[in-house]
Amino acid sequence: MIPVLLIVIPLVSGLLAFLIKQEKSVKTWALLTSIITLVVAILPFALHKASDLQTDVAWLPELGSSFSVTMDGMSKLLCLLTGIAFPGIFIATWNTTYKNPNNFFALMLLMQTGLIGVFVASDALLFYFFWELALIPAYFLCSIWGGERRVAVTFKFFIYTFVGSLLMLVGIIWVYFHTPDHSFAMTSFYKADIPRDQQGWVFWLFFIAFAIKIPLFPLHTWQPDTYEQSPTAVTMVLSGVMVKMGVFGILRWLAPVVPVGLWSWGDTAAWMCVIGMIYGSLLAMQQDDLKRLIAYSSIAHMGLMGLAIFVTSSIGIQGVMVQMFNHGINIIGLWIVVELIERQFHTRKMSELGGLAQNAPGLAIMLVVVALANVALPLTNAFVGEFMMFNGVFGSKSSNYHYIFMVVGLISIILSAIYTLNMIQKVFYGNTNTLTASAHDIRFNEKLVLAILLIGIVVMGVYPKPMIEATRHAVDAIYSTMYVQLPGRK
Amino acid sequence: MNAIVISAVLGVVMMFCGVFTNSKNAIRAVAVIGLLGLTIANVMDMGGYHFFNVSLKGMLTFDTFGLLFNTIAFGSTWIYFLLSGRDMERVGVNVAEYYALIFFVLCGIAIVSSFNSLLMLFLGIEIISIPLYILTGSDKRNLKSNEASLKYFLMGAFSTGLMLMGITLIYGVKGSFNMEVIRMGSTALTPMMTAGLLLLLFSMAFKASAAPFHFWTPDVYDGSPTVFTSFMATIVKAAVFIAFIRLFEGCFGEMHREWQLLIAIIAAATLFIGNITAVFQQSVKRMLAYSSIAQAGFMLFALVAMNKMAKEGLIFYAAAYSLATIGIFAILLKMKDYTFEGFNGLAKRQPVLAATNTIFLLSLAGIPATAGFWAKFYMLSAAVENGHVLWLVIVGVLCAAVSVYYYFRVIQAMYFKEGDNQEIETSGAFKGLLIGIAAIVILLGIFPHWLINQLYSFFYL
Repeated sequence: MIPVLLIVIPLVSGLLAFLIKQEKSVKTWALLTSIITLVVAILPFALHKASDLQTDVAWLPELGSSFSVTMDGMSKLLCLLTGIAFPGIFIATWNTTYKNPNNFFALMLLMQTGLIGVFVASDALLFYFFWELALIPAYFLCSIWGGERRVAVTFKFFIYTFVGSLLMLVGIIWVYFHTPDHSFAMTSFYKADIPRDQQGWVFWLFFIAFAIKIPLFPLHTWQPDTYEQSPTAVTMVLSGVMVKMGVFGILRWLAPVVPVGLWSWGDTAAWMCVIGMIYGSLLAMQQDDLKRLIAYSSIAHMGLMGLAIFVTSSIGIQGVMVQMFNHGINIIGLWIVVELIERQFHTRKMSELGGLAQNAPGLAIMLVVVALANVALPLTNAFVGEFMMFNGVFGSKSSNYHYIFMVVGLISIILSAIYTLNMIQKVFYGNTNTLTASAHDIRFNEKLVLAILLIGIVVMGVYPKPMIEATRHAVDAIYSTMYVQLPGRK
Repeated sequence: MNAIVISAVLGVVMMFCGVFTNSKNAIRAVAVIGLLGLTIANVMDMGGYHFFNVSLKGMLTFDTFGLLFNTIAFGSTWIYFLLSGRDMERVGVNVAEYYALIFFVLCGIAIVSSFNSLLMLFLGIEIISIPLYILTGSDKRNLKSNEASLKYFLMGAFSTGLMLMGITLIYGVKGSFNMEVIRMGSTALTPMMTAGLLLLLFSMAFKASAAPFHFWTPDVYDGSPTVFTSFMATIVKAAVFIAFIRLFEGCFGEMHREWQLLIAIIAAATLFIGNITAVFQQSVKRMLAYSSIAQAGFMLFALVAMNKMAKEGLIFYAAAYSLATIGIFAILLKMKDYTFEGFNGLAKRQPVLAATNTIFLLSLAGIPATAGFWAKFYMLSAAVENGHVLWLVIVGVLCAAVSVYYYFRVIQAMYFKEGDNQEIETSGAFKGLLIGIAAIVILLGIFPHWLINQLYSFFYL
């Protein structure tokens, strides 16, 4: 019941939002309904009856596909992330004005529908449906309300992901014909009898789709442009929630379905992740634009999650779960700060800013904490996840290069400290200039959202146990299906 | 049989209509009501009510597949009449004759969806083609229309010649025009059989505008009055594919593996040429011509795969593609400027037109929750199930991604660009109809079996 509600509430409220013309009321409407969604997203953590978390309705019986949604630990966590993200974004961008606000908020809510659908779908065809449906609103949101080069940039983004999705569709159809009962259900997919020599290219069909979404090097080229050109509210969704679709897809639809394919190509994929981590970090150091800096840093962080999956270790996957959530929170926090800066000074260039801490101490504190979480400092939430992931990489039994991965990965963390601290210094410290001399501090609603995020960051960093407990079963289930026991290896 | 007789009679009725009345509204009303009757008669045929008991000597067989397609073709034409009937009246003075010619085409469609003898195939294809030559040239004072008509006629006549030669060669081998006789025992290719098969393949590929026999298509589609392009590019094209698959399954089904690769190569070439060329077009009308070539490439998947899923899929493809394309053409007809720039800023001036157009374009691009997704899904599934042509599947999806480029250019123009305020006249009924079609496209996109199940359940009553 709960997953259906999670899909229906944003869907209906999104469609209704098209009709509300006044700016104030549509904003309130979007905020209210997204808070309701959040409440519903919290419920699964308290409910333990299977019937509450599972719904299965016949959809296309002739094809063996049904409207079947379930929530395991991973879905719960990601739905919660989506649930938190949207009201947070709506409050933080409350003072931003959009032309045609009804369309903007309606599309945002529809995007939420798609995202939640992806996270709860337990039928491959349904998954594909939501996967695409999350993309269409994003396309319109970025193209209508984005920056100067929005149309071309968004188009690149769309084509990129569409190519990936279509390849994945071929993969889904191919696996479908190899399932024992010709069904798209997740359980049938896990039982699919795919010849070992064929798993390699089935792996690539799925992997390209997910790698584009995450994005992994060298398929990342859409990402910095899109993050830069999109309206910040949309960038928050893209980077905070939508890229998690890629990681989620690997864990749910790739690793358990073609474990041998993942095992044989795991090192290649892991190399892509590692190169991306270093590459993203190096580029982030060169940026002057705040949005591009965060975009490249996101490539580095997402690369680490990919790496932890492809070296196949239980603790690493646990780390990915935790980090998927935490990275979402942190990066949304960073974007909120960027949005606040841009709205006040109409620039995102670090070279034009400086000395903000003097006039806007509230903002400065917020940014410093979020930025330190982004570097994965101990006591912040990201530390937990990244520590577990590195632990997993170090102890990997499947990869031949895991020590190298470990070392290179750690270098990228050092680089991330360099560019993050550099950013703090350039924006908040040093001398004020004509632009920043008359800066004022942030408003109450902005403080509220950031403060909640900060509390979350610290609490998760100090006491991550509930999150780990909630996802443990999911991790065990995934790990047991994806680990390939080789003869002669312990 | 109902459909063939009634459509021919209706054609004659329409011709006389022009003699008795000059009122365009009256003529249109007769055509719309007549076509509705024709559709109902065809559905009754499916339900077992045969109006005419003629001994056909095995020349035609009416199976569910063919009748189902007829229903879809007639239904689409009916929607087309409602949407674009008024635009037909602007082409020239002889309105009644245009309707008459379209009814004759429908008669040909009913024949090619049920032929069981190669002679009937030939007749059907000719009955479809000749009225189309006339419709193409119906804008008599327009040079491009004349050129298109002449080009179409010459090339069409040539390909018909090829078809006849192919039929003759096969008759020489088997001594019969009957498809069952031809199929029996034809498991390996003999030289004469090969020549016959190739000639038939070439001529059908020409009619279906598959590469490398597609060169006439853009010029003819571009030159003929837009309202008739809409009809030619959708319903007629789908009918040709039904004939194509019927012919090749009926005659050469036993040696499918022998010619599968050839069709797969044609399909890949069609997809590639259609999609790549469409990218470079400046006129939406010409883009749609190339898009119809590209979609033909996808429909060829059905021939390559030749299984149950492919046949069901082809019917669905025909419906999805026709609905969306008829809708886009109807909107295009209201525009004065056929270039992409002509669509600039349409969303502001005509939100309903822009929104429905977007849904149609998304459907053509194959985005989920539209009918076009299932069309592509069925074709891809059929090819994957076949198992021998996975490379074609990959080519197909990559080309589908290219197609997004030119379909979305229209969306970009409508929503993201500012345009001058050219006046567009639309009536409330027109908008309502467009919304209705868009609703069907989405309904079919969420419950693809709804349409087929409805028709099947009627059949089993």
